Order: sequence, then structure tokens, then C-alpha cells
Amino acid sequence: MMLDKITEKVLRMIDGEGFKQEGAFNLRENGISICHGDSEHVKIRKKEDRQGIDIYIDKDTNGETVHIPVVVSSSGMTDVVYNDFYIEDGAKVTIIAGCGIHNSGCNDARHDGIHTFHIGKNASVHYEEKHYGEGEGTGARILNPVTDIYVGENSIFTMDTVQIEGVDSTKRETDITMEAGSRLTVTEKLMTHDKQEAVSNMKVIMNGDASSAQIISRSVAKGESIQTFHPRAVGKAACHAHIQCDSIIMNDAQVRSIPEIDARNVDAQIIHEAAIGRINSEQLLKLQTFGLNEEEAEGVIIENFLN
Amino acid sequence: MLKVEHLSYEIEEDGKKQEILKDVSFEVKDGEMLVVTGPNGGGKSTIAKLMMGLYKATEGKIWLDGQDITSLPIYERAKAGIGFAFQQPPRFKGMTVRRLLSLAAGTDLPKHICCGLLSRVGLCAEEYLDREVDATLSGGEMKRIEIATVLVKKHKLCIFDEPEAGIDLWSFAMLVEEFQKLHTEKKESLLLISHQERIIQMADRVMIIDGGQVTKCGPTQEILPYLTGEAISHPQCLKNQGAAV
Repeated sequence: MMLDKITEKVLRMIDGEGFKQEGAFNLRENGISICHGDSEHVKIRKKEDRQGIDIYIDKDTNGETVHIPVVVSSSGMTDVVYNDFYIEDGAKVTIIAGCGIHNSGCNDARHDGIHTFHIGKNASVHYEEKHYGEGEGTGARILNPVTDIYVGENSIFTMDTVQIEGVDSTKRETDITMEAGSRLTVTEKLMTHDKQEAVSNMKVIMNGDASSAQIISRSVAKGESIQTFHPRAVGKAACHAHIQCDSIIMNDAQVRSIPEIDARNVDAQIIHEAAIGRINSEQLLKLQTFGLNEEEAEGVIIENFLN
Repeated sequence: MLKVEHLSYEIEEDGKKQEILKDVSFEVKDGEMLVVTGPNGGGKSTIAKLMMGLYKATEGKIWLDGQDITSLPIYERAKAGIGFAFQQPPRFKGMTVRRLLSLAAGTDLPKHICCGLLSRVGLCAEEYLDREVDATLSGGEMKRIEIATVLVKKHKLCIFDEPEAGIDLWSFAMLVEEFQKLHTEKKESLLLISHQERIIQMADRVMIIDGGQVTKCGPTQEILPYLTGEAISHPQCLKNQGAAV
């Protein structure tokens, strides 16, 4: 189906691979699923009892990508959606979600995406979620994602979340439960500016022996924005976890980083690191010796830090 | 050609003014290699930083090919043709070695060019291209990458602040060869801050800085005797002989 220019632009910002109406996909716009498709191994079904979809990824899925973007372009709308992913044993899949809000009105536009992953054994899932806001309106652009993930035995789950610009307020809640031998990598990248606010709470429970988790959070806070991170790793078995939170703080911004490690087994090894600081002046000087002015140097440092 | 006239630099510490450099004058001719040496804390690195604009001179003038660059900011001096290798290069989280070299070159560098550069400074290129310029690299590795950021393009004047610091002997030998090659080609003027005899011996001229002043400057063969034995152990001896710029 034909998409309007605003939707196409927002999709370009939130879907790095480029959204196409091919294979398994579902495009939700202003609270309605406007187009969707299945593939041989991935079936998408509309929920009967509430807003949202169920995505069934069968065991023979091998390297396929599923695109499920959301666009909100209607000022004043609050869109709440429940998406459940059922991933069978041994499946290998990439899921590209993401939400973009174009708000050209004076009322708030809000999307709450509530995603639940049920991952079987020996599966490999890569999940990308990019958030973006734009529009000349005075209404706020609000995104509040909730993600619950169950990672079965010996499965791998990697999650990349990115929020670089335009979102006025976000509160992210992520809960992950891991079974034996499973591996988790979460990379969270965030930049806030003006008076934006961002909160990210994450809880990873490692229930099984030999499970391992790596959580990397990198953020830049500009203007008068406020960021709060609270990643929590709970080790209930012989497991490994590493939490690393790095933030660059600028102007009059505020950043709170509260990594929490919680060991409930003598063989749990959990490490956390957290650092908040301004841009290193030596870095600025070094890049200026390459011929970049201070503003350009600052841009390069931020871009690479969030890369 | 770089020409420095009556350069002074002072800082204020606890309300008191402290002169770091006093009335320093020297030249680096086209294709010439000048090594600045002398005791620790004498002001050698300050000279290098003043040339690049990292510090602002209190008095004096700096000319590059006839252009007064004294008040130019760092990036304008870089555009004017000065390259600078830091004594202690900063680390960049998230930036790959290849990206850093591309930024230094001012253009996206193809893989084979980056590999060639890293080999010149003694690094096994394939292993380093996609590594981050962060705390996972050792001091020696950082230093060699830093030198590569200057070698990546042609400058009128290359400044290396103690290039030998933190580098193992084997790699140092390679770097000496690189400096020798640069010097033999005479395409760029070289200003090196160094204590290393092998680097000093390579120079056309040597300038000794002590207590913020030039105590000796001249052709390498003339200055070398002052850098051995008594002269280097007792820098005061050098002062007593006065500056010869």
C-alpha cells in the first residue's frame, strides 16, 4: 500500500534496514495496523482481546528479519499496544521494532509499546528498537516502552535500543529472565536535549547456571534534560554479568546512574561500572589538531561515543 | 618555515605569576629537523603546545611560511599545515582506530591505506583497524596510533612531543626509521621534543631548553658534546654558556 511522506520519513529514521512491505512485517499507524504480511516461517496474527499482535516464529526460521514499526502522527493520540513474540526452539531471527512520533499539534502524542518475548531453547534473537520524535507542534512526544523477555536454555538474546532525538519524555521498563546457558547483550544508547526526560529501569534475573549478561548503556545529556538509569542484575546461579553505564553530561543537564548488582549464589560473578562526566578536554584538543573546530569536534565525540 | 620570535609564556598559580618560557626565539627551516631537548620541566613540551595553539603565548610571535599564526586557534593552525602528536594521547570511547585515522586525514580512508599506516608504526594492522581507541589499548599502542595520525597526511610542520615515551625498543627502532625517512625526503619540517640520543643524532639542529630558556642551539654535532657527561648532569653549566640561537 502507498504510505504518506511523513510516515515514510519517520520509517527511515526508525528502521535502519529500510522498511519494505515484504516478508513478515506489520506497520501500525495511529493505533491501527495498516498493512501486514507473513512469511513461510513467521506468522503475524491480530489479537482478539486487545490492541496488538502475536508474532509466531517457527523453529525453521533461519536469519529472517521481521519489521514491526509504529508511527504516531496524530496529535493528542495515546496508543497502547501489546505485542507478543513466540519464538520456537532453534529459531534465528532479527526483529526490528521502533516507534516514531510526528507531532505537529498542541496536544501530546504518546505510544506505549508493551512487548513480551517467549524464547525457546537454543534460539538466537536480535531485537532492535529505535525511538524518534519530530514535528513542529508544541505537544509533547512521549514513548513508554515495556519489554518482558524470557530467554530459554542456551538461547541468545541481543537487544539494541536507540533514542537519539526528538522524544520529550520516555520511561522504559525492561525485565529479563534467563535460563541455563543463555546469553544476553543489551546495548542502550540515548541522547536527550532541551527539557527532555528519560528513565530506564532494567532488571535481569539469571536463574540458570552458565547464563551471562552484558548490559552497556551510553548516553549524552544536553540542555536541561534529565536522565535516570537503573539497571539491576540478579544472579541466582553460577552466572556472569557485567553492567557498564557511561554518560556524557553537558550544559545544565542531570544524569543519575544507579547500577545495582544482586548476587544470590556463591558462584555468581557480577560486575558494574558507571561513569558520568563532561567531554574530555584532551579529546576536544586532539580533534582540533585535525582541523575540526570545537563544535565539530564535540559532534564527532558524541557521535562516536553513541556509536 | 617556522619562525618564533621572543616567545614567552606565563601562568598564574595561587595568585602568583610564573614564567614557564622566557624570550624564546628559533627557526625550523623547510625540510629541517630540529630536536628540542633538555631537563624535565624545562619547558620543552610547552614550546610544542605553543606552536600548535594548545597554549596561548603571553608575548612573542609565531610565523609559518610568512603567516602570523600567533593568535590562530588550533584548528586553523592545523589547516595552515601543522600536525601534532601528543605526548599522552587521549582515548576515545566508541571510536575505532580506522575512524580516528580518517578524521586525521580529513577523508574516509580505505582499509589498505590504514593498514599501511599502522604497519609503519609497528602495529599489526588487521588486528587494530576496528578496535576502539579506548582503555583496552596499551600506552605503547596508543602512542603508535597517535604518531600514525600525524603520518597520515602531508604537513608543512610535524611536531612530535616525546614520540619515544612508552614505546618498546623494537617499535622504537621502527619509528626511528620512519623519522629518518621523513627527514630524508625533506618534504616536511620536523620539530621533535626528545631525550633519545638516536633521535637527537638524526637532527639537523638541536636546541636545549632549561628553566624556560634556550641555553644552546646549533648544529647537532656542535651541541651533542653538551648533552653528554657533565653538561647534561649539570644543566647549570649550559646556562652559564649562554644561549646561542
